[in-house]
Amino acid sequence: MTVLNEWAFIGVFAIMAPIFPALPILIAAILRPKKPNILKSQTYECGVETVGDTWVQFRVQYYLYGLVFLVFDVEMVFLFPWAMAYSQLDLFAFGAGFLFIFLLADALIYAWRKEVLAWR
Amino acid sequence: MDCTGLCEALYRGGMDQGLAQFLSIFAGVLFVSGVPLVTVIFLIWVERKVAARIQDRIGPNRVGPFGLLQTFADLIKLLLKEDITPTSADRLLYNLAPLVSFASVILIWAVIPYTPYHYGADLEIGVLYFVAVASLGTLAIMTAGWASNNKYALLGAFRVVALLVSYEIPLVFSLLIPVMLAGSMSLLDIVFAQSGMWFVFLSPLAAVLFFISSQAETGRAPFDLIEAESELVAGFNIEYSGMKFGMFFAAEFLHVFTNAVLITILFFGGWLGLLWNEPIIAFLWLGIKSALFYFVSLWIRNTVPRLRIDQVMNFNWFFLVPLSIILLLVTSGVVMIFKTVGLVPLDAAGNMQLAGANLFDMLPLTLALLAVNALMIAPILNRWRNIGREARLANERRQQARMASPAVGD
Repeated sequence: MTVLNEWAFIGVFAIMAPIFPALPILIAAILRPKKPNILKSQTYECGVETVGDTWVQFRVQYYLYGLVFLVFDVEMVFLFPWAMAYSQLDLFAFGAGFLFIFLLADALIYAWRKEVLAWR
Repeated sequence: MDCTGLCEALYRGGMDQGLAQFLSIFAGVLFVSGVPLVTVIFLIWVERKVAARIQDRIGPNRVGPFGLLQTFADLIKLLLKEDITPTSADRLLYNLAPLVSFASVILIWAVIPYTPYHYGADLEIGVLYFVAVASLGTLAIMTAGWASNNKYALLGAFRVVALLVSYEIPLVFSLLIPVMLAGSMSLLDIVFAQSGMWFVFLSPLAAVLFFISSQAETGRAPFDLIEAESELVAGFNIEYSGMKFGMFFAAEFLHVFTNAVLITILFFGGWLGLLWNEPIIAFLWLGIKSALFYFVSLWIRNTVPRLRIDQVMNFNWFFLVPLSIILLLVTSGVVMIFKTVGLVPLDAAGNMQLAGANLFDMLPLTLALLAVNALMIAPILNRWRNIGREARLANERRQQARMASPAVGD
């Protein structure tokens, strides 16, 4: 039951957390002046009128970083249980972990050799 | 059912047990989140005062004694400011982003133990929870940049996401080392495992990696490409005004302090210190150590110039990430050797058990890991020294050439 209580705490916290920043914003919504006009609510680009669409296709490089990150992030989730149980594991587990991290590093070296990691 | 403290008192007073339990959890949430919320008001003053002193100014000194009430004056100003939402913005996401940004930081405090007896929730996966919640902040920035429908905002958001996502890798790898040594992901257990020796002495490199990458995660200088005033005007928050803008900044201030507390807990023994069994003293120890790291963070922010985006990204992918992988392998190897030989504190079942170990039992492992860390740091420092020397020599040669032929130069 204690374990559930800990998560109940997280649950209540997660509901409360957006309320803390929402409260001042709501108070401000009551207090602040509201005088919108067309010029004021235009997109701000240092006074120059905006040209073209903002939501366009962007550089593929960001996508590559995203992919490499995904590889690392997914594999890191597997490393956490390994690290947690490490104090009870034997030499075989070290070998397995070594192999796993080596494969991870292999992906990094591949990306490195393919020159997708350097910012251009 | 587990019902103690406030819950028990309410239950005795004739309240329904479920309601009593909910109310006690609710009070706990208010207490746990109250500490960072009150702290952040004070921290904004500290930050401005420190920044001013470093830049040879006095800083806020008009409102209240030593300008202490400056933050409240700012708060009132922000509350009374007109809030402009651009017509072309995606209204739902635009309004949601500041909330998510602040919530992602404050949610981390749910697992932070203030003292051995006072903490929100002692999750068994505390470290993983921290990583998961903190990455919500990245999402908030991307949402803000995208929903603003502004080219500067979107460019800023792209850069930030690339940067934050990259620096999360060394961050998580350096987190794996305390987890491995303590044999637990609970932040409470990690602190208890440091009773013999703080983890910073076992793995100083991991502490440095954590500090650098958490500094990058907050988007502070030298990694403040998020804002980049000169190129991106203000980055992802350009279209925000009034209190919504203020919330992004409150989140950033709080994030810096949260990281200071986290590095204290993970590497510098949290509340451990003289007489830590007394809750007030334990809390003081945590506060003092965190304040120290908060100050270092401000110091770096105000003295180091901003890096270019390619420098930041290459530093991460070609230096921090490989280093953190090697560090993890080496540390796990050394720990395994010492465990097999039996030179680490062991429990009855023959497993490594650092919690409750004394200084003497920890010495062999500490010295070995320190030596390994020093072996890794030495070539890096040597390389950096050579880079510096070459740059200095090149500069001198250029100056000598100019002296020799003044007509060619200026």
